[in-house]
Amino acid sequence: MAWDLAEELRDCLMAAAPYGGPIALLKNNWRKEKSPGSRPVLEIYSAAGLPLASIVWKSGQVVQLGWTASEDLLCIQEDGSVLIYNLFCEFKRHFSMGNEVLQNHVLEARVFHTEYGTGVAILTGAHRFSLATNIDDLKLRRMHDMPSLQKPPSCWAVLFQDRVTVILLATGQELYLLDNTSCNAMTPPGLSPQAGAYLQMAVSFNYRYVALYTDTGYIWMGTATFKEKLGEFSCDIRAPPREMVWCARPRSKQRAVVVAWDRRLMVAGNTEECIQFVLDEDSYLVPELDGVRIFSRTSHEFLHEIPEASQEIFRIASMAPGALLLEAQKQYEKESQKADEYLREIKDKEQLSEAVQQCIEAAGYEHEPETQKSLLRAASFGKCFLDRFSPESFVRMCQDLRVLNAIRDYQIGIPLTFAQYKQLTIEVLLDRLVLRRLYPLAIKICEYLRLSEIQGVSRILAHWACYKVQQKDKSDEEVAQAINQKLGDTPGISYSEIAGRAYECGRTELAIKLLEYEPRSGEQVPLLLKMKRSKLALSKAIESGDTDLVYTVVLHLKNELNRGNFFMTLQNQPVALSLYRQFCKHQERETLKDLYNQDDNHQELGNFHVHTSYASEKRIEGRVAALQNAVDEYYKAKNEFAAKATEDQIKLLRIQHRLQEDLDKPYLDCSLHDTISHLILDGKHKRAEQLYREFKIPDKRFWWLKISSLAECGDWEEMEKFSKSKKSPIGYLPFVEICVKYHNRHEAKKYAARVVPEQKVKAFILVGDLDQAADAAIEHKSESEMSLVLAKCSPAIDATVVEKLNRARAQILKK
Amino acid sequence: MASPGRRDAPEPPDFAVLKRLARDQLVYLLEQLPGRKDLFIDADLMSPLDRIANVSLLKQHEVDKLYKVENKPVVSTSDQLCFLVRPRIRNVKYVADVVHADKAAGRSRKYKIIFSPQKFYVCEMVLEEEGIYGDVTCDEWSFYLLPLDDDLISMELPEFFRDYFLEGDHRWINTVARALQLLSSLYGPFAKTYGIGRCAKMAYELWRELEEEVEGDSQARRPEIGHIFFVDRDMDYVTALCSQVVYEGLVDDTFRIKCGSVDFGPDITSGDRSIKLLLNAQDKVFAEIRNEHFTNVFGFLSQKARNLQAQYDRRRGMDIKQMKNFVSQELKGLKQEHRLLSLHIGACESIMKKKTKQDFQELIKTEHSLLEGFDIRESASFIEEHIDRQVSPIESLRLMCLLSITENGLIPKDYRSLKTQYLQSYGPEHLLTFHNLKRIGLLTEQSPGETFTAVESKVSRLVTDRAAGKLTDAFNSLARKSNFRGISKKLGLIPRVDGEYNLKMPRDMAYVFSGAYVPLSCKIIEQVLERRSWLGLEEVVRLLNGNEFAVTDPAVEDNPTWESQRVILVVFLGGCTFSEISALRFLGKEKGFRFIFLTTAITSSARMMEAMTETKA
Repeated sequence: MAWDLAEELRDCLMAAAPYGGPIALLKNNWRKEKSPGSRPVLEIYSAAGLPLASIVWKSGQVVQLGWTASEDLLCIQEDGSVLIYNLFCEFKRHFSMGNEVLQNHVLEARVFHTEYGTGVAILTGAHRFSLATNIDDLKLRRMHDMPSLQKPPSCWAVLFQDRVTVILLATGQELYLLDNTSCNAMTPPGLSPQAGAYLQMAVSFNYRYVALYTDTGYIWMGTATFKEKLGEFSCDIRAPPREMVWCARPRSKQRAVVVAWDRRLMVAGNTEECIQFVLDEDSYLVPELDGVRIFSRTSHEFLHEIPEASQEIFRIASMAPGALLLEAQKQYEKESQKADEYLREIKDKEQLSEAVQQCIEAAGYEHEPETQKSLLRAASFGKCFLDRFSPESFVRMCQDLRVLNAIRDYQIGIPLTFAQYKQLTIEVLLDRLVLRRLYPLAIKICEYLRLSEIQGVSRILAHWACYKVQQKDKSDEEVAQAINQKLGDTPGISYSEIAGRAYECGRTELAIKLLEYEPRSGEQVPLLLKMKRSKLALSKAIESGDTDLVYTVVLHLKNELNRGNFFMTLQNQPVALSLYRQFCKHQERETLKDLYNQDDNHQELGNFHVHTSYASEKRIEGRVAALQNAVDEYYKAKNEFAAKATEDQIKLLRIQHRLQEDLDKPYLDCSLHDTISHLILDGKHKRAEQLYREFKIPDKRFWWLKISSLAECGDWEEMEKFSKSKKSPIGYLPFVEICVKYHNRHEAKKYAARVVPEQKVKAFILVGDLDQAADAAIEHKSESEMSLVLAKCSPAIDATVVEKLNRARAQILKK
Repeated sequence: MASPGRRDAPEPPDFAVLKRLARDQLVYLLEQLPGRKDLFIDADLMSPLDRIANVSLLKQHEVDKLYKVENKPVVSTSDQLCFLVRPRIRNVKYVADVVHADKAAGRSRKYKIIFSPQKFYVCEMVLEEEGIYGDVTCDEWSFYLLPLDDDLISMELPEFFRDYFLEGDHRWINTVARALQLLSSLYGPFAKTYGIGRCAKMAYELWRELEEEVEGDSQARRPEIGHIFFVDRDMDYVTALCSQVVYEGLVDDTFRIKCGSVDFGPDITSGDRSIKLLLNAQDKVFAEIRNEHFTNVFGFLSQKARNLQAQYDRRRGMDIKQMKNFVSQELKGLKQEHRLLSLHIGACESIMKKKTKQDFQELIKTEHSLLEGFDIRESASFIEEHIDRQVSPIESLRLMCLLSITENGLIPKDYRSLKTQYLQSYGPEHLLTFHNLKRIGLLTEQSPGETFTAVESKVSRLVTDRAAGKLTDAFNSLARKSNFRGISKKLGLIPRVDGEYNLKMPRDMAYVFSGAYVPLSCKIIEQVLERRSWLGLEEVVRLLNGNEFAVTDPAVEDNPTWESQRVILVVFLGGCTFSEISALRFLGKEKGFRFIFLTTAITSSARMMEAMTETKA
C-alpha cells in the first residue's frame, strides 16, 4: 500500500467500495475532546493507497461510512443525517433518515446495494430499524419492532428477497426476520442443537446465502431463505470474530466463508478441513463478487477460489488439455520435438479447441502479465492447428487484459478481476475513470476498443469540459478556448450541457461564450432563458427557425418584462412579433390593439376597428363608434382613401338602419350595390336614386345595376321608362343582353334597334333575329361579322339568310 | 416534334410507401387509446384522411362514430373522445369548449388530441390557458406528405400561403423541413439543390440542420431522386393568377379538385346523384387529356368514344369461346373506360357551356393584353365594368391583381376608383382585403418617387447577416416590386408567334396559356437546369429580389448514368397550379426529365384570392 498511515487502522472509521473501489478513512473519529489539532480528518485513498483527497471533518459525529454504487461516499451521522461526498471529498448533498432516528440516534448503520440502487439501514438507539432502499429516491421505511427492545441484537444484516429488503437479526440463540409488518422467528435447517448463541452473520454478495457464527465456534451455512443447509463447520475458537464474509465465485460449486479475528484468518467450507492464515497486523475484509479483498496498513491482497481453468492447467502433473498445450508451446519455443508429441496427444483426444479455450480463460484470471502472456501464447499456438476456430474470444481476451492491466497499475489503482470487470461492463468502468478524472486513460481505452465516438470519446470529452469549467483560476476566455480546441465539433458533444455546468458554477459569461460554439441554436435557448438573457435567447430562437422555441421565449418574456418593455422587445424582432400577433388574433384581441398602439401603427389600428365593427359589435351605435375610431386612425395613418371609404360606410350603416326600421326588411350588412338593388326590387326607386346621388355612384354602374335589378323583378315597363329617361351611358346592348338573360325576347327586340351600329350584329344575334343581323353585317361590309352570323345559321331554316350572306361575301371578295 | 437524341423520362419513384407509413402510424395512435372511442375530424383533414384510411379501417381500431369538428354542441355518448386536427388555436379552443361543457355537466371522459402533422407549442399554451392541460393527452400524427398522384405530393397545407406570405408566420417552414427530411430518407440523398426565394432558403437551411442532427446512417444508398428545386410562390404570382386552359387546370378552376378528387354533380353524371371521381394517372382517359389544351380535349374524347365503340363491336361475330374471353377479360375494363369517358364528356360539356360564352373570350383577351402589356387602359375599364356588373367578386379581384402585378402597381387614379367600385359592390370589409393584398404585394399603387434600386439597396443593406436577413423578412413583401415586364423581356416569356400557335403540337410551355405566355416559375426552372447553375441569370435574379442558391452535396455521388439524375423534385412553397404542373410535365417529356412535385397545397387564382379575402363570418 502506498499510503503512509501514522494511525492504526483500528482507530479509524473505514469503508472500502467493492469492485476495486476507493477506501475512505475517518481519523480521530472517536476522540471525545475536540481540540482544534485533533479534529477528525476524512481521507480518501485509491485501492492502491494513493491519496485522492482529504478534508477536516467539521460536521457531527459519524457512525458509519459507506460507498454508493456510483462511488459516492455516504457519511451517516449520529443524528441520522447522511452526507454525500464525491471521490474528491467534495460535498454533494445530504438527506435525513427521519425524525425518529434524529431523536433516538443511530446505534449502527449498514450501507447495502440492491438492484434498486444503494440503500441505508439504521439501527436506532431505541432498537428499532429504519431503512431506505434507494437513497436517490428516498422513501423511509420503519421496520416492525424486534421481539425485545431491551437490548440491541448481537448481530444483524440486510437481506434482499423477492425484491424486498428485510432485516435478519439475532439475539442470543434466537434468529428473526424483520419486514415492514411482521417479525418472524427463523430456524436454520440442520442447525446443530449445541450451536449456542449467534455472534456474527454474513450475507453473500448476491444475497443468496447466509452464514452464521455461534459462540461455540460453530458455523452454519445455508440459503438465505432458510430452506436449505449448504454446510456446517466447527472450530475451537470461541472468541467472537471481528468480521465474517462469504468468499465464493459465481457459478462455482464451492462455497466458503472467510472469518477474521485480530491476528487470524480462517477459510471454512463444507469440509472437515479449513485453511488458516496468520495475520501480522490489523486486516480488513472487503467482500467482492468473486472473492475477498483483504487490506491492511502495508498490503492489499485478494483471496479467491482458484477457478477451474487455472486449476486444470497449473495443477501439478495435470494432464488436462490446457496444461498439455501450455507445455507444448514451451517445448516449441525450446525447439524441442516434444512439442509435437504433446500436441499430438491433445489432437488424438480431439481436445485441441477445448485446450485453446482453457488457456484463454485461464489467462483472464491471471494478474501477472507474464503468465497472461504465456497462456495467450499457448492459445495462439494451439489455434494454428485448428481449422475453424473463431478468433473472437482470443482477440477479446487480449483487449480485455490490456485494459485490465492498465487500470490495475498502482497509479490508477482499480484492482478489478476479470469476472468483476465483466459484471461491471466497460461503460461503467469508463464512468469510474471519468469520476477519478482520469480522462486521458479513458479516452485511450475508448480509442483502443474502438467504441463509437458518441458513446466513448465524445462523452468523456464532455465530462472533461464540465470539469474544466470549474477551474476558477483561468479566465473565461482561456477556458472557453481550451474547451473548443479540444472538442472542436466532435459529434455528440453538447456545448449547451457544458455551458449549463458553467452556469451552475456561477460563470455566466463563460456559459455564454461556450454557447457560441453550440451549432444548434435551439439548444442554446433554454439555458439563455435560465440565465435571464432573454433577449439573446429570443434572437437565437428566431435564428433556429423553430417557431415553438420562439413562442417559448416570447411567453417567457411576457411574464418577465412589463408590458411596455415586452412590446418594445417584440418590435425589434418582426418574426417574433408576427407570431405573437397571430396568437393574439385568436386568443387576446385586445392585446393586439395595445401592440399597434405602442407602435403608433395607425393603419393596423384602423383595420382593427373595422374588424371590430362587423365581427364583435352587434349594436348599431357600437358599430358606428368602432368605424368612427377607424376613421380617426386612418386619418392619422394618412390613408385618406380608407378614411373616406369608412366614412361612407358609416353613412351607409345609418341609412340602412333607417331603411330597416322604415321598411321592416333586413338591409344591414348589405353592400351599397346590394342595398340599392334591393330598393329597386322593392320598387323604391326614389330612395335608390337618393343613394345613387349621395354616394356619387358612377352613371355606368348605376345603369347596370338598375337594369339588372329591374329585369330580375320583371318590371319591363319601368325599364323602358328608364331607358328613355336619358341617353344610356352604357349603350343599349346591355339592355338586350339582360332581357335575353331573363328570356324576354320581345323586350330585347325593342332595344336591339337602339344599339349603336358597331354592336348591332351582336344584338340581333342575341335576340335571334338573324335576318336583321345579316343585314347589319352586310351594311358594315364586315367579313368577320358575316361569318359570325353564318355560324349561327342552320341551313335548313335560315336558307334565305345564308344565301343573302354568301352573296354579299362574294361581292366583297370580288372587290 | 421529337427532337433527336431525346431520352425517355425515367419512371417516378414509388410513393405508395408514404401512405403506408401514415396509415400505420395512425393505427398505432388509435391503439394508444384502447377501447371504443368517437373520432372528431378537422374538416380540413377529412379528404386527406380519406386517401389514407377508410372508415372500415377506423372501425377495426375501435372508432365508434365519426364527427366533423364544427361549431356545434357535441352529442357523442362515448367515454373516449379523440380529436384529429390541424395544430390551430381554433381547434384547441373547440376541444376546450367540449371539455368545459362536460365538466359543467359533471361528465368525465377521456380526451385525446392528435395533431397532424405536428404539434405546436401554442396549442399546449392554449390548453394551459384554458385550464385543461391535465385533462387532455396529445399526440402527433406525422402525416406530412400525401401522394396525390404518381408524380405529385401535397402537404395539404393551404394556409401556408397566407400564414407565411401575408402574416409573416414561419411555423410551417419547420414542417416543410421535416417533410423533406422524410423524403430524403426514403428517396435521397439528393445530389444537387437549387432554389429561389427567402422561404425556400429558410426551408432548405432548416432541413439541412435536421439532416445534420441525425447524420450517421448515410450509407451509400442509391438515390431515386437526383435534384431538388425550391420555388417560393411569391417569385411568380402572375402564373397563378391566369385563367387555366389546360384540362386539369380547367377542371380545378371550374369544379375544384379537392385532394385529388372531384365531385361531379348530377348535371354532369346525367344521373340523380353526384359522383366523386379520383383524378390521377390511374384514370386512363384522364391521363391522356389532363395536360392537353382544352380545345383538343373534345376531339380526343370523341375519338376515344369511337374506339370504344369499335371494341364493343368486336363482339359481333365472336364464337362462344371468344365471347367468354371477352366477357371475362375485357368487358370490365371497357365498361370502366366507358363510365370514365362519359363523365369526362359531361364535364367538358359543362365547362364548354361556361367558357365558350362571349364573356370568357373577352376575359382571356384581357388577360393576354395584360401579359403582353398592350391596351392597358382598355383592360382597366374592362375590369371596372367587370366589377360594376357584379360578375364575380373573386374574378374581379384576380383581374385587379393581375393588372397591378404586371404593371408594377396601379396608377393612383385606377387604384382609387377600382377599390371604390369594389367596396360598393361587395361591402366595406374588403377594405381589409385590400390591405392584405397590398401587404403581400399583389395589389399596389405605383409610387412616383421610389424606384426599384432605392428599395433594393435598402433591403440589401439589411441583408448582411443571417439574423438580419430574417429581420427584414416581415417587410419583404412590402418592399417588393414585381418587375414583371423586365423579367418577361429577359426570359422571353411572351413567345413571338408567326400565325396561329399550334396547340395540338405545342413547341413550348406557353401552350398551357394558349401560347400567350410561358409560366415564369417553370421558365426559371428550365433555365437553371439547363445551365446547371444560376450563372447568366444574374439580371433576372436581381429583378426577382435575389435569394437564389445552388448547392452540390459532395457526399453524394453524382453519377450521370443513373436514371435518378434525371428525376427532379420541385418544391413549391405556397402552392402550385395544375397549369404549372402540366407545363413542367411537358418540359420533362421534351428534355427527358421526370419532374416530381411537392407542394404545400394545390392552388389556383381563386384559392389565392380567397386566402387574402376578409369575410364577415
